[in-house]
Amino acid sequence: MFVAWRDLKFAKGRFALMGTVIVLITLLVGLLSGLTAGLGRQNTSAITSLPADRIAFAAPGEGGEPSYADSTVTEEQWRSWARAPGVSGAEPLGITTAKATAGNRSAGVSAFGVRPGSALAPGGGRLGGDAVVLSATAAHDLGLTAGDAFVLAGRRVTVAAVSGDAFFSHTPVVWTGLGLWREITPSAGGADGPTATVIALRTTSATDVGAADRAAGTRTVSRDESLSAIGSYASENGSLQLMRGFLFAISALVVGAFFTVWTIQRSGDIAVLKALGASTATLLKDALGQAVVLLAAGTLIGTGCAAAVGALVSGMDVPFVLTPATVLVPAAVMIALGALGAALSVRRITSVDPLTALGSAR
Amino acid sequence: MSLHLTDVTLTYPDGGSRLTALDGVSLDVPGGSLTAVVGPSGSGKSSLLAVAATLITPERGTVTVDGITTTGMTRAELAELRRRGIGIVFQQPSLLPSLTAAEQLQVMARIDGRSPAGARGRAMDLLDAVGLADLADRRPHQLSGGQRQRVNIARALMNDPTVLLVDEPTSALDHERGTAVVDLIARLTRRQATATVLVTHDRAHLTAADRIAEIRDGRLRIPAAAGQARAS
Repeated sequence: MFVAWRDLKFAKGRFALMGTVIVLITLLVGLLSGLTAGLGRQNTSAITSLPADRIAFAAPGEGGEPSYADSTVTEEQWRSWARAPGVSGAEPLGITTAKATAGNRSAGVSAFGVRPGSALAPGGGRLGGDAVVLSATAAHDLGLTAGDAFVLAGRRVTVAAVSGDAFFSHTPVVWTGLGLWREITPSAGGADGPTATVIALRTTSATDVGAADRAAGTRTVSRDESLSAIGSYASENGSLQLMRGFLFAISALVVGAFFTVWTIQRSGDIAVLKALGASTATLLKDALGQAVVLLAAGTLIGTGCAAAVGALVSGMDVPFVLTPATVLVPAAVMIALGALGAALSVRRITSVDPLTALGSAR
Repeated sequence: MSLHLTDVTLTYPDGGSRLTALDGVSLDVPGGSLTAVVGPSGSGKSSLLAVAATLITPERGTVTVDGITTTGMTRAELAELRRRGIGIVFQQPSLLPSLTAAEQLQVMARIDGRSPAGARGRAMDLLDAVGLADLADRRPHQLSGGQRQRVNIARALMNDPTVLLVDEPTSALDHERGTAVVDLIARLTRRQATATVLVTHDRAHLTAADRIAEIRDGRLRIPAAAGQARAS
């Protein structure tokens, strides 16, 4: 790094320009990562916090994929799963979107219908009848506290408790009893009609999921895989991840392009050093070390800026998640991909002919 | 300490045929002596220097540096031989723009795997020997052409080589500075006891050489006795 350090100090303008580009890309990637995680949480936290490891959907048609929006399961399907060997828990879960009104305030909410007293029910045994449990955001948006009454999909209900801050498909969750959920869900009802949207399962290694699916006429996936069955999450997350991927690729290309030009500019110096006896390995280490220093410094500053902006906006209504996973992982990927781009560029050092250092040599 | 080229032949592709750059060249240069090789452009001077510097492997013949024959050596071994046994003074000073004069010399220690900081004393001694101790912290753009060439010479001597190869060192200098540079090379050759080969197209500065060999069409003609140039 003897020459590399001095190059960094000597060509300050060029390296500062490149460093600024890295800072800006890192800032953008950091903000996008936090936003992606925040939006993802607003889409999925009600599902990811369920005490279940698998979700059983009504079997979709030929070539179809499970969907929370389209799935409806019957009581018979639920009981079939409950009887299945190796299943330690099977709970029906109804999901519907509803309008909640409290005085002059109203909000769109996701009504999650569960059996009162079951493992899925929040707030202990306070659910049931007209008693519902609000998530913190629903309570805040509607200006409600425990004991207050409001209207949910045309039914007057009472707030039994405010618990957690679960979201589903960008709407806060209101937990209701399964009976109330059936009443406020137009497609649910009737003796043989749908009982719930899905079945939340706790399985063991003894569970033959395929056989149980065939017996119940369901399609079962893991809880995390079921997130792609939330339509808004699949499209939104896919778009944001694509943008993030492009930013990573752009970063690697920009760093690679910079070091390609830089290496070409230095090819005369490299030829001299080789003619003087410098090994190619030493020159490659120096060049790569220089790239990593630039990347690390740029990424560190960019990540710091992203964390600062994230901390600022996450106190507002912006769905931004500031965790080591959303801050440090993108930074590490930026450095790794940038170093890869630089490595591909500086490898041209191996092809520099030391003979060119002798001015008039052929 | 010596350099021996024995029956060296080198050709380059030239369309459908091959052009002979060196034709059975043999040259013995003992330590502490300066051999100047003169000849017109295209006569094979730079090819001779490139072969002696182990930058080109000849088709035929051997190159021996301080008793080590280079035939069959790998690139890595040749690079090690260059950094430890051969000093090269380039036609253009070819100094690294980001390094000061002292650092231009210290980098030689770095590429040899030694601490550049530990080599500062040796670098200062050599800069003193070429009259640039006061300018040790200047970068190339802050030095004149002659000063840059003297840094170039000091750098070539940094790893205490047994062979010093000098490529047209006066081409960018006026007569007075050119003569001063060649005199400096001759003085350092004797002080460091290097086997020095200096190639040039210009005979004007060669009074300090121990002997002057002439190259033409790849064939080297060497005067019978060493010391001829100084005596004449």
